[in-house]
Amino acid sequence: MDFGQILNNTLSQILSPTTFGFALAAIGLSIHFGFAGLLNMGVAGFMAVGAYGFAISILTFGLPWWLAALVGFVLAAVFALILGIPTLRLRGDYLAIVTIAAAEVVRLLFLSTAYKDVTGSADGLFGFQAEFRAANPLPQGTYGFGPWTYTSDQWWVIIIGVALTAVAVLFTWSLMRSPWGRVIKGIREDEDAVRSLGKNVFSFKMQALVIGGVIIAAGGIVTAMGTNVNPNVYVTSQTFFIWTALLLGGAATIFGPVLGAVLFWVVRAFLSNLLPALVDAGLLPFLSREQAQQSVFVLIGVALMLLIIFRPQGILGNKKELSFVR
Amino acid sequence: MPHPNAPARTTRNRLGVFLALALTLVGLLALPTAAHAADDDPYRISGNVQLEGEPLEGVELTVDGPGGEQTVETDADGQWAVGVPERNADYTVTLNEDTLPEGIAVIDETGEDTSPNVREVTVGPGGRVTTNFFIGEGERNTTGFVDQLVERLVNGVNFGLMLALAAIGLSLVYGTTGISNFAHGEMVTFGALIALLFAVGLSLPLLVAVPLAVIVSGAFGYAMDAGLWRPLRRRGLGVVQLMIVSIGLSLALRYIFQMFVGGGTLQLPNPLSGVIPLPGSIVLTWMDLVSMLISVVVIIIFALWLTRSRIGRATRAVSDNPSLAAASGIDVDGIVRIVWILAAALAGLSGVLWAYFRPGIKWDMGTSILLLLFAAVVLGGLGTALGALVGSLIVGILVETTSLFGVPDDLKYVGALVVLILILLFRPQGILGRKERVG
Repeated sequence: MDFGQILNNTLSQILSPTTFGFALAAIGLSIHFGFAGLLNMGVAGFMAVGAYGFAISILTFGLPWWLAALVGFVLAAVFALILGIPTLRLRGDYLAIVTIAAAEVVRLLFLSTAYKDVTGSADGLFGFQAEFRAANPLPQGTYGFGPWTYTSDQWWVIIIGVALTAVAVLFTWSLMRSPWGRVIKGIREDEDAVRSLGKNVFSFKMQALVIGGVIIAAGGIVTAMGTNVNPNVYVTSQTFFIWTALLLGGAATIFGPVLGAVLFWVVRAFLSNLLPALVDAGLLPFLSREQAQQSVFVLIGVALMLLIIFRPQGILGNKKELSFVR
Repeated sequence: MPHPNAPARTTRNRLGVFLALALTLVGLLALPTAAHAADDDPYRISGNVQLEGEPLEGVELTVDGPGGEQTVETDADGQWAVGVPERNADYTVTLNEDTLPEGIAVIDETGEDTSPNVREVTVGPGGRVTTNFFIGEGERNTTGFVDQLVERLVNGVNFGLMLALAAIGLSLVYGTTGISNFAHGEMVTFGALIALLFAVGLSLPLLVAVPLAVIVSGAFGYAMDAGLWRPLRRRGLGVVQLMIVSIGLSLALRYIFQMFVGGGTLQLPNPLSGVIPLPGSIVLTWMDLVSMLISVVVIIIFALWLTRSRIGRATRAVSDNPSLAAASGIDVDGIVRIVWILAAALAGLSGVLWAYFRPGIKWDMGTSILLLLFAAVVLGGLGTALGALVGSLIVGILVETTSLFGVPDDLKYVGALVVLILILLFRPQGILGRKERVG
């Protein structure tokens, strides 16, 4: 068993585009669920709208990459509006069911062979990063040390990912200490009390849904910048994994989503490398390599259950901030 | 669901509607197995449709086999391709001759084949197969629109009844405990897998294996309540926490299933694959008929239990208002346990029937209908059992018939989900729900 390799793969996961994608998505979800109390189960749908909006704008409409990213943001905002109008007046679990259904609708539309020319169907979209890479200020070559050795193209994605994540964290922090943030948290605690103060609860919830949705879409776009866009990524399991990451770090915290996303991927990468290696070494005689890979997902599911039962506030959270724990 | 304090007349009327509906369904029985294209299909069947070397565009082909029925059209080069979930499996490719230009048909080179527009192909270990159709002047094999519609409607009713078995449980669990149970799909898969274990693993006859699978499913429901949900109720977890627990449970169970059965599709033995002789081009196997009969009988028995028996009435009372029910001397914990057992048993039965309808058993088969179940339950009204039945039938028929009206086959679930979103816009309490549930 090659521990060096396992450690290397695990540590290099920290700076992968998927980790940034998860961190951004978890920040957006923390605005939805952690601060505003909105049960968004369609995180994968928001990410898909952002990623496909970005890729299709470049491939089909030939837009420059930054404009394409803007299109992704705008589409996510529109998606949030469409979901919010029918559901935000209803009880929380309706929003959960509608968002999860809408995310599936989005994925099935992208997967359908009917629009293969635009969406690439099951093959997904690729080859849209050329112009984004051309904008890279770093000279060609390989930089870094140890597990964090990347090409300049990969570093460019990392720089954008770090920058976007930092902006999102700062933005969330300033938003949550503003009067707007206090109203949002008030809605989470007691909607009727806030309404009695003359605030338009529906409008505040809608603003939270749109802002969080745009940040989640940024996660989808960063992932797309570093890898390809494939409909099989944006399944409901993806949503559940992001929930796990968020709850791990702390739903109603500023740094919790980032910490949760990094931890989630580090642990997942570690186990996905370690368990098959243990099987090869004959230490898990009752499992095959595939079963060892699948058992990682079983562990994620169990971890999610244990987290929400025993430590719903997450690593960084404060239990007083959790109105969903009655 | 009628209020427990409502006059008895209302209850009887509702029951009447329930029975009438169920009986109408028996009358509707007739037809075949179309099923469901899986989400991610790694293997491929493709081919060319040409007339004397010229490509034909817009010709429709149907591919049926493991993973379900799919329809494609040829592109400008006369080429078509579909993704399929299984290799080392047989598929039937049918060229719809109605979509060919006037006066031509698929020709049979050998002169022996009476329906040259239907082909059997085998996807080998390579995962790819090509089949080409030769077109010329000749006589067509066609299926009329009415026959297709009847076929799809019956399929839709069959699928809807199957959904109803699972959706009624989902709705009752929601009504009595407040849990939006995302692990309900896994309870469906569980039933099918246990039937597989008994029927194939232990080679028991189906008449023994299927009832056993339903019983084991019920025991699984009891185990989940005793081992997980009741302790969590004691801890006083909120409904949002419970929902997230069910999401974790769903993930864990799903991948445990995959660890046991792998990623492929497995088949239950089918002694009733014969086709019932019917007029026109309508095809119905005996299994479809038996499946629908089982669903209808079980739903009727369940409706009688819910409306007539003491425990059934208590269940509805708890579903309506748990604290009021507890105050009037009903053992809420006991009722919830019974609801979990029944919900799991019904979901298990639904899984077995669905394994024949798809056809095949897969580790994530339950997950793929979870959203349709939620759509059915919300459509009918959250927390009402009768609503779940009505919602399921609407969803089932919608899913099966939309492709007749120009919706691509791989988007057939989308219609049901869009209806779910629309119904929340205009009637959030669902068709049979009451407004105060909406909150």
